[in-house]
Amino acid sequence: MTYDLSELDRRLINRLQDDLPLTSHPFAVLAAEMELSEQEVVNRVRRLRDDGLLTRFGPFFDAEALGGAFCLCAMAVPQERFEEVLTKVNAHPEVAHNYEREHRLNMWFVLATESRATIASTAASIERETGLEVLLFPKEREFFIGFRVNA
Amino acid sequence: MTMDPTDRTLIEATQAGLPLVPAPFAVLAETLGISEAEVIDRLKHLKDRGIIRRIGAAPNHYRLGMTANGMTVWDVDDGLVDALGERVGALPFVSHSYRRPRALPDWPYNLFAMVHGASREEVQAKRADIAALLGEACHGSDILFSKRILKKTGLRLRAKEG
Repeated sequence: MTYDLSELDRRLINRLQDDLPLTSHPFAVLAAEMELSEQEVVNRVRRLRDDGLLTRFGPFFDAEALGGAFCLCAMAVPQERFEEVLTKVNAHPEVAHNYEREHRLNMWFVLATESRATIASTAASIERETGLEVLLFPKEREFFIGFRVNA
Repeated sequence: MTMDPTDRTLIEATQAGLPLVPAPFAVLAETLGISEAEVIDRLKHLKDRGIIRRIGAAPNHYRLGMTANGMTVWDVDDGLVDALGERVGALPFVSHSYRRPRALPDWPYNLFAMVHGASREEVQAKRADIAALLGEACHGSDILFSKRILKKTGLRLRAKEG
């Protein structure tokens, strides 16, 4: 999709990906940096969010630090059964994300549950319901993440 | 995990995002019936504990032209995977990178790195950068391009005590 972003919006999007200071008027700090008024920064952030350039603005939580259990899972789903299997997999509320990927292992989903044991039992249910093997790829270690989209 | 009920309410109130007003924490304070200073203090504490990673924007990759996404996977020497994984995770075009168990014999890969770009060619070029970084420690790799999002629900904290 084409979207004509002004140079100012680009700078703002890039800056907004950094951590916002935890102060009473956090946008005033950005306003000073960008030589805008505080209200103008707030208005622009709101417009970028409303227009869908920003998915969300707020705190990002580490779901694991909140006590949940997570596991990346993969299945090799025969093409002719894809929609049927998809319906069965997505019916589980524990399935948080699910992506179709180009590979023999073509369905990749994340299970998010309250405990490790529920990961195993949910995967077992999916195997039973679909007759297909579910491979489990739990996170063993997360490496430093420095991703920024350059607007 | 035990969580303070007020912290939990604060997390629930901010899961969808912060109020976009000049003093967002004051608005939250009013909703929660506590002071603005307490909201800020609690958020700082959640950050110190690693429960909040950062407060900022999630840009929409697709709307900004990053329409190609590939999950690159690598079979890296066990003794070197952590040190090299740190370097892969620090690359500016990698959004997540994890060490995960292999699923032998079909799946020899233990390092996963999501790579984003404006085209598949761009993603492939970035994959080559990772391959160069890993060098001889890497014994095989693959890339799985995203075809379709089949489900996507954000973090949803349940209203009950966890």
